[in-house]
Amino acid sequence: MHRNKISRIVQSVPPSGIRRFFDLVTGRDDIISLGVGEPDFVTPWHIRETCIYSLEKGYTSYTPNQGLIELRELICEDFYRNYHLSYQSDEALITTGVSEAADLALRAIINPGESVLVPEPSYVSYKPCVSFAGGKPIPIETFREDEFRLIPEQIKKHVTPDTKAIILSYPNNPTGAIMERKHLEEIADAIIEHDLLIISDEVYSKLTYNNHHTTIAELNGMQERTIILNGFSKSHAMTGLRIGYALAPMELLSALAKIHQYTMLCAPVTAQMGAIEAMKKGEEEMQKMKKEYNHRRRIFVKRLNDIGLDCFEPQGAFYSFPSIQTTGLNSEQFAEQLLKEQKVAAVPGSVFGRSGEGHIRFSYATSLNELKIALERIEQFLNR
Amino acid sequence: MKNVREMKEMLEVLEHDPGILPNDLAVMLGIDVEEVTKDIRELENNGIIRGYRTIVDWDAVGEEYVYAVIELNVALEDRRGYDAVAERIAGFPEVLSVRLISGDYDLSLTVRGKSMKEVAFFVAEKIAPLEQIHGTATHFVLKTYKENGAILFDEKKPERLSITP
Repeated sequence: MHRNKISRIVQSVPPSGIRRFFDLVTGRDDIISLGVGEPDFVTPWHIRETCIYSLEKGYTSYTPNQGLIELRELICEDFYRNYHLSYQSDEALITTGVSEAADLALRAIINPGESVLVPEPSYVSYKPCVSFAGGKPIPIETFREDEFRLIPEQIKKHVTPDTKAIILSYPNNPTGAIMERKHLEEIADAIIEHDLLIISDEVYSKLTYNNHHTTIAELNGMQERTIILNGFSKSHAMTGLRIGYALAPMELLSALAKIHQYTMLCAPVTAQMGAIEAMKKGEEEMQKMKKEYNHRRRIFVKRLNDIGLDCFEPQGAFYSFPSIQTTGLNSEQFAEQLLKEQKVAAVPGSVFGRSGEGHIRFSYATSLNELKIALERIEQFLNR
Repeated sequence: MKNVREMKEMLEVLEHDPGILPNDLAVMLGIDVEEVTKDIRELENNGIIRGYRTIVDWDAVGEEYVYAVIELNVALEDRRGYDAVAERIAGFPEVLSVRLISGDYDLSLTVRGKSMKEVAFFVAEKIAPLEQIHGTATHFVLKTYKENGAILFDEKKPERLSITP
């Protein structure tokens, strides 16, 4: 008698579409990769040095479950300064990357069978995490003509009585779209009308190029229903250090904290020390990196349009998401052929949801020189 | 030139990458290429841009330059103060930099020569005899690790995974 060893939920989740491309690229050093979802900068030295020093001093034990109090206080101050939002340090939870925070938020709120709206194209983990938490992910499309912003009609069209929450992730990976205050206001009514919770993944909030980031929690009546997720990976080039955080009103936050204390216990102390340094003294280096991304963004996006790939101007993060429809290829074919013929790696839009089809994600978190070589190769590919 | 912030941004890019094409610079900063060319000329003319230099690791091509940091004690004898002596020293092509410093010494120079002997003679013949100079300390450079912000040792960049979500 053989019982299937793997849970039905886990079996039901398809493997990540990125995996195949990863395997094609692994071990090759002749490839220029525009497929990377992390900064090309090394963590600023003052942050690394703080981590090293904390190890030398012997800071290697557990921290409080919710994270070092100093770090939580600094985060709360930052939110007050930037968004005039008040959070107590008890309403902040330090997590092992934003990924953990997203997982906790979903597990904390979903009852079996409840659904969560996931605007797409979006980061690849949301739908699987909803499923793992026993919920039902409902993808909703965003469109190129709206510059991939979420519009209220799409919420109304897909919401059901079972819908518990909506995930927002702006600035967006993979499109680079942002939601300005007026756009957030447009969807706020629909959210209140259907009494949805909001999980707002704002990990790219520090990387916006024309506008200061607005968090939906700033809007009237929103803070009480919003779980803000953010972290240090993108803003301070600390991806491998794995520090994220969640901010939410006490009732919600303690639910996340409950799971966290039984599963993760606490985020790594060394990285938390680094995050404190980043909060205190990281602004200048962060602005430098942002300026550099902005320069690359302008050059890269202009050239993409020049060589015939229609690309709207991404306003945040470090991705461009051009349409490849003129090539007659679907996004997987495009990515695979571009890789094989011109040795440029990118991620097909379809990986980020059905509405990503017809597009390709190019990351410009790569040196300007490499970007230029890649652009020449892409041009050759288009003219073949 | 639109405003100070933009001018500074342009200078930051140029300082880091003096060889950048005006076209690229224009797109990067979101301004016209004509304006960029005009602005650069203006910055050169009014002395804000003082020059463009290539940082060369001469050791790597086997060119045996000798560098020395030389500290000087200066006794002021006229009202022109340190400037007079500093400007005079700055005239020698062997001298790469001249700085007025705080502490035990007053001026700090970087000098380049073909040999230790050449540098030593230069100091003995041209610098030490100046009336205002009352003492010198010569430190020969054994190895340069970083020059004008550029790392001169081989630094392996940690690798990233080539595809990540």
